[in-house]
Amino acid sequence: MKNFFAQRWGIIVVGAAIGILAPILQKFGNPGNMGICVACFERDISGALGLHRAAVVQYMRPEIIGFVLGGLVAAYLFKEFRPRVGSAPIVRFVLGAFAMIGALVFLGCPWRAMLRLAGGDGNAILGLLGLISGIWVGTLFLKKGYNLGRSEKTYSSVGWLLPLIMLGFLALMLIYPQIQGEAKNGVLFYSLKGPGSMHAPLIISLAVGLIVGFLAQRSRFCTMGAFRDLILFRQMHLLSGVIALVVLAFLTNLMLGQFHAGFTNQPVAHNMHIWNFAGMVLAGLAFALAGGCPGRQLFLAGEGDGDAAIFVLGMIVGAGFAHNFGLASSPKGVGPHGIAAVIVGLAVCLFIGFSMKKKI
Amino acid sequence: MSSKVDARGLSCPQPVLMVMDQMKKISRGKIEILVDTDTSKENVSRAAESKGWQVTDVDPEGEGCRIKITKD
Repeated sequence: MKNFFAQRWGIIVVGAAIGILAPILQKFGNPGNMGICVACFERDISGALGLHRAAVVQYMRPEIIGFVLGGLVAAYLFKEFRPRVGSAPIVRFVLGAFAMIGALVFLGCPWRAMLRLAGGDGNAILGLLGLISGIWVGTLFLKKGYNLGRSEKTYSSVGWLLPLIMLGFLALMLIYPQIQGEAKNGVLFYSLKGPGSMHAPLIISLAVGLIVGFLAQRSRFCTMGAFRDLILFRQMHLLSGVIALVVLAFLTNLMLGQFHAGFTNQPVAHNMHIWNFAGMVLAGLAFALAGGCPGRQLFLAGEGDGDAAIFVLGMIVGAGFAHNFGLASSPKGVGPHGIAAVIVGLAVCLFIGFSMKKKI
Repeated sequence: MSSKVDARGLSCPQPVLMVMDQMKKISRGKIEILVDTDTSKENVSRAAESKGWQVTDVDPEGEGCRIKITKD
C-alpha cells in the first residue's frame, strides 16, 4: 500500500492542516503568532521544569508531548517503529542546544517563522531569509561529504525513552496542574504573565499535538528539509507542504481576525533586523547539520530515533542556557549576550561542518 | 553497468545524496540500493524518478528493503 501522505497531495494536505490548526490554537489561548512553535514550546517546558527561571516562559506545553506520542502511534500503526541510535549523539546534543539559542535570538523556530509571516509580522521575513541562508551553508557541507555516520539498530526500549519522558511530563502536569494565581505547583513552574501564561486548554493542545504528530510522521513534514531539498536537489516536495501551511495559516488568521501586518508591536517579536537574520542563520545551519527541523526531530524521536531524541534534549537544555545566560531575545531586543552566543554558535557549527567528513 | 549503494543507518539527505552521486557516475544501467527506513525508501524512489530512472523492484530485506532502479 502506498503511503498517501508521502505523495504530493499528502504533504500539501498535512501542511494545510497544520496551517489551520496553529491559528486555532492561538484563538484558544496560545500566544500571538505562536499557535505552534517547537522551539518556544520546548523553552517553556525547560522553564516548567526549572531548568531556567525566566518567569514569563514556564509551561509544560502539551503540543510537544503530543508531537512525540502522535509520531509514536503512527510509527507503530504503520510498522515503521525502528529503534536506532549511535550516529554522533553528542554532536546532535550540541547542535540542538545551539539551534535553540539561535531560534531564541529570533524568537521562534522555522514553524513559528512561517506562522509569524502568516500573521503579518514583517520581521519574520528577516528570520526566514536567515533560515534559508543557514540551510544553504549546511548544503555546502553536505555536498562536501559532511555526515554524522550511521546509526545502529538497538533495543525497542531505547526508542521508547523519549516517548516515556513525554508521558512522564504529561503525568506531572496531571499531578501538579496549574493553580490560578500560583507560580508553582509541586515540582512544576507556571507563568503568571507573559507568553508562558497564555495557552489553550490542555486537552485541546494535546489533541492537536497528537494529530499533527501523527500526520507529520506519515508525511515526513520538515520545514528545514523543505528548503534543503530545494537547494540541494531542486525538489519541491517538502516545500509544497510548507507553502500550504503558510497560505492556510494566513487565510485562517484573516478569518479569525488575527492578521496584523507590520514590523512594530508584533507579538513576542523584536525588530532588530540583523539579529533576527543572524539568529536564524545559526538555527538553520544547526538544523541542516542535524538533518531535520525541530518538529521533524520530535517525530523522528517518536518513531524510535534515539539520535533525534538527543537533539530534542539538547534543545531543552539549550533553552536553559539561553535564559540563564541572557542569550534569548525579548520584545525589547536581543539579550545582553545574545550576539556573542550567535557568533560562538556559528563557530561551533562551522567546526562541526568542516571536521566531520568521512567515507560512508 | 550495475552498482550497489548501502544507505542503511543513514538519515536524510545522505541516502538520496549517495544515490544521486551514483546515478551521475554511471548515467545509465542498474543500481541496487539498501535502505532501512520507509522515509529513505520514499525519498530515494522519488529522487530516482525525478532524474528519469525507473524503480523496478522494492523488496523487503531484513529490517528495511532493497530498491532496484534502472535507466536504459
